[in-house]
Amino acid sequence: MSLPDDLRTAILDAMDGFGGARPAMLESLRLIQQAEGWVSDDRLSQAAEVLGVSAAELENLATFYSMIFRRPVGETVILLCDGASCWLNGGDAVRDRLMERLGIGFGQTTADGKYTLINCACLGGCDKAPAAALGRDRRLVGPLDAAGVDALLEGRE
Amino acid sequence: MTETPLTGRARADRTPHTLAEWQAVGGYEAVARALKLPPAEVLDRVDQANLNGRGGAGFPAAKKWKFMPEPGKSPGDGPSYLVVNGDEMEPGAFKDRFLLEALPHQLVEGAIITAHATHATVAYVLIRDEYRTAIANVKRAIAEAEAAGLLGRDILGTGVSLTMKVKPSAGRYIVGEETALIESLEGKRAVPRKRPPFPAQSGLFGRPTTVNNVETISLVPHILDQGPQWFRALSRTEEGGTKLYAVSGRVHKPGLIEAPMGTTARELIERSGGVSGNGRLRCFQPGGGASGFLEEAELDIPLDFGHCARAGSMFGTGTMIVLDQTACPIGVLARHQRFYARESCGWCTPCRDGLPWVARILDALEEGTAKPSDLDVLRMTAAEAGPRGRTFCDLMGGAMSPLATALARFGDLFDAHLDGGCPIRRGIL
Repeated sequence: MSLPDDLRTAILDAMDGFGGARPAMLESLRLIQQAEGWVSDDRLSQAAEVLGVSAAELENLATFYSMIFRRPVGETVILLCDGASCWLNGGDAVRDRLMERLGIGFGQTTADGKYTLINCACLGGCDKAPAAALGRDRRLVGPLDAAGVDALLEGRE
Repeated sequence: MTETPLTGRARADRTPHTLAEWQAVGGYEAVARALKLPPAEVLDRVDQANLNGRGGAGFPAAKKWKFMPEPGKSPGDGPSYLVVNGDEMEPGAFKDRFLLEALPHQLVEGAIITAHATHATVAYVLIRDEYRTAIANVKRAIAEAEAAGLLGRDILGTGVSLTMKVKPSAGRYIVGEETALIESLEGKRAVPRKRPPFPAQSGLFGRPTTVNNVETISLVPHILDQGPQWFRALSRTEEGGTKLYAVSGRVHKPGLIEAPMGTTARELIERSGGVSGNGRLRCFQPGGGASGFLEEAELDIPLDFGHCARAGSMFGTGTMIVLDQTACPIGVLARHQRFYARESCGWCTPCRDGLPWVARILDALEEGTAKPSDLDVLRMTAAEAGPRGRTFCDLMGGAMSPLATALARFGDLFDAHLDGGCPIRRGIL
């Protein structure tokens, strides 16, 4: 599948705005991910072509920056903070409940493709510890506990 | 509002002001005032205000700015840059998120004034990917300011020009290191650069560049509004201004507190509802994950850069993590070290390989599978790789500070972990 026109235009705009191809590389990966959830091999090559850099150079960035996903992710990405402030407020119980309910570990996606669980510190939500950030807008939720995890997954916050 | 100039205008739900709303509460008056002054005069006022950078190192802002060359005084062509560091990711830190989300116009104002003082004509605000509301709010504020002629060419007819852009990042704590941040903006892996040359000589795209933290930049308009003497008088110590402190961990009401620089941990913990858990303090880190542990005896030291350093810790981001008697500092340390190990850029061997080793030992201590010789490894690593140690940047040195202070202060607790794991978790201590 070829690169959608709006993504091509967005990448060209990023090149204009950020001073050329190289400074726009990471932004290009972000733009693709924003539209499609992750960055596939095809999209990586296509973006490299638009930028005029090699796919390997783009991959070099994609593999360094942890929030660029090179594998498909679920509809909702859950970033769970595993930092100290969250741990001090019961973060382990939240982690255990999430893993139990979803049946997955960190870095995995549920079989139905609904959720991906990722550990991430610090989320900048220590006043809401234990905290998680969910979905496209990385909405901060907390303080969580096991019951709060249930409520979150059942859509009754 | 004068007691909390930085956060006084923020709304409780963090809804940012529109440009008109911001101007209605005095916004952009400082810009109008500053742009009529020569850059050296603006710099001088910030110098007199004793504003120390709020990103962690506490370097005097004006001193950093003075390294920026005047237009035409640096070799080669191209603009000078201002980079606002919004890559907040230090364990325990959540202050810049608030300033970015709730007070984006304050940041834009600060950037305009700082750019003027440092002869920069292009400003980037790098914001971490997870702060999506912050990214949207700052972008909107910039667009509004541009439309009103407060950014762009010939701002308010003063002849000063500034282009300002938001650049969202994509993870990795090391991006917050100022030279790694510059590498990242250039489209590279965020691996710190050797210094010298310092960014003011050769920074972004090889041009003179100033990198300042969000909180530092957000304070600048107030210095121009009310004057350096007023700013210094806000503080209880030599270091000027108020500080946006944060308190988290074992307290009843974790949150942000804007208070005079030099406020004590005792006051901040009291204002956070007191110690939770069993209500008795064991220890605290005054400035985020990389700051050394302090205890009851240090509750009354004024928290600023100088006093924390003299107490054997670090003020860092001024974001405190509190532990009560039922919380284990070795457990906290284990989370910190796992984090720093994960976030190492991998360039220097002691950091890339040493931090995971330290993290594994701490995990083993918690589980009760560590050997006495493991403690020797921890002591050796803390001694050899501490601040100004054997790595390119301060990530590992920073990570070693809490380890070194924990070994010095809680030696018995480390020993107790050798006999069957965490004694606090098992209810023995």
